[in-house]
Amino acid sequence: MSSELRTQVGQLARRSVMRTLRQPAQIVPALIFPLFLLAVNAGGLKDATNLPGFPTDSYITFAVAITFMQGALFSVMNTGTDLARDIETGFLNRMALTPLRGAALLSGLLAGSTVLGLLQAVAFLTAGLAGGAEIAAGVGGALVILVLAVAITVAFGTIGMFAALRTGSGEAVQGLFPVFFVFLFLSSMALPLDLITTDWFHTVASINPVTYLLEAFRSLLIEGWELGPLLLGFGIAAAIFAIGMTAASRALKTRLVRT
Amino acid sequence: MTTGIEVQGLVREFKNGPRAVDGIDLQVAPGEIYGFLGPNGAGKSTTVLMLTTLLPPTAGSARVAGFDIVSEGPRVRSAIGAALQEAALDPLLSGREHMRLQTALHGIAKSEREQRGDELLERVGLSQAADRKVGGYSGGMKRRLDLALALAHRPRILFLDEPTTGLDIQSRTALWDEVASLAADDGVTVFLTTQYLEEADALANRVGIIDHGKIVAEGTPAALKAEIGRPTVEAVPREQAELERTAAVLGRFGERAGASPKGAAVRLGGGESGLADVVRALDAEGIAIETLQLHAPSLDDVFLAKTGRSLEGAEEDEAEAEDAVAEAGAA
Repeated sequence: MSSELRTQVGQLARRSVMRTLRQPAQIVPALIFPLFLLAVNAGGLKDATNLPGFPTDSYITFAVAITFMQGALFSVMNTGTDLARDIETGFLNRMALTPLRGAALLSGLLAGSTVLGLLQAVAFLTAGLAGGAEIAAGVGGALVILVLAVAITVAFGTIGMFAALRTGSGEAVQGLFPVFFVFLFLSSMALPLDLITTDWFHTVASINPVTYLLEAFRSLLIEGWELGPLLLGFGIAAAIFAIGMTAASRALKTRLVRT
Repeated sequence: MTTGIEVQGLVREFKNGPRAVDGIDLQVAPGEIYGFLGPNGAGKSTTVLMLTTLLPPTAGSARVAGFDIVSEGPRVRSAIGAALQEAALDPLLSGREHMRLQTALHGIAKSEREQRGDELLERVGLSQAADRKVGGYSGGMKRRLDLALALAHRPRILFLDEPTTGLDIQSRTALWDEVASLAADDGVTVFLTTQYLEEADALANRVGIIDHGKIVAEGTPAALKAEIGRPTVEAVPREQAELERTAAVLGRFGERAGASPKGAAVRLGGGESGLADVVRALDAEGIAIETLQLHAPSLDDVFLAKTGRSLEGAEEDEAEAEDAVAEAGAA
């Protein structure tokens, strides 16, 4: 990476982090909403652990994985909304008049997602442990959970950037939120995949990548160190990142038609 | 001319819309302030977007600071600064943080960034507010910060797209002073779009008037005004019964012109020097005068003469045209 590119990424990352930390309205819901749902689920669905074949007798250990996914969904909205606002206010045009490279803009923006992702992951894991969740993979497993949560948050952030660059509208980006929630609900969110007996639901959940992201977290929380689910989880995050970043880069070229 | 702006036959067409810019030619000399005057939707901002490389032209060519706007975009951008319509600022960052980001993105050495930022903030009178978030700035402060950001990398040419729209008169005057000083003291070439006649009149060395994407007049404000005519004198008699006699006396000095309902006006055949004769003639006829006003020709008169509409009326026409285009697009 050239020093010029490093400077650009560094400065935009700094701005992105400052913006994130200066918007409690972005941080608070991204922390509170998943924690609220965790509390509700852990209290209301704990009898699910009595189902034959349920992998743990602690529902909160099972459910804490959901918070990381919900946090990542907030990343789509926050990253996308920030970029859409830059387009709407003309700030993107201001930056386009500098020697800024597209890669620096996108990478810098994701720095805010990284910080928010880390804040969320630490908060969710801490709350889960305080509520009685356990991590079968131990302290090392906790660190991998944090890394995976941040990786997924950043990967989902690229989708938010793509949506912002395509539409140029904060409202359009926010409109994606319910769509992503449908993906979450049509996954193994509430029950392990092999305990979902409704055929269509099982089929949808088994092809839904969110299921395998959840299972990567759950493997560390419930089973310990299992390479397969972890590789699949990180692989899916990497694939989402690659697809999202490629799409966002193309959309940026269209959006920035500078000669 | 290698460091100014040269434009030949520049065109920009939008899908399903009219030609926003329809084959304009213009030249701006180094160190000159060029005022680009026209109503909303006339093509001013589209021209600026093309000249700043943010929008490719459909046809024609332009060189800015000696570089082609299509094939040498990065070199054009390194030579220009721009404050586009609406101050494009981040409300969550402070003025100083904006300067830090802008100087860094322009590749200014780390050791110089802070000094350059402070220098520009002081120049635009924002040193005291430098650490406040921009969200709390007034409209005038935002515009001044916008200007400072555009100057971060010491550009040779500055594009200002309606820099004072929406500002109070005090903020507007402060910005005019700053722009005038940039051209006079620093030799910066300024391309300024405006819909305010007085702004073009006060600031610009030369003015181009654009309407429906075409330049309809160009020259110094004085030459343009001189080209279209003579000053008008309007007299309002103290007694309305004297209005006809007043009009008759004025009629000796030139052809009749539009006046307020209580007054009479003529375009002075002999120019401004004829005013003293008018006063003497009214006095000789014993007509008591309530007010007597000399109206020098304005750029609005120029606009009226060139387009058949006043600039104010044109605003409404253009707004209607824009609505029609938007509706056509939506349909």
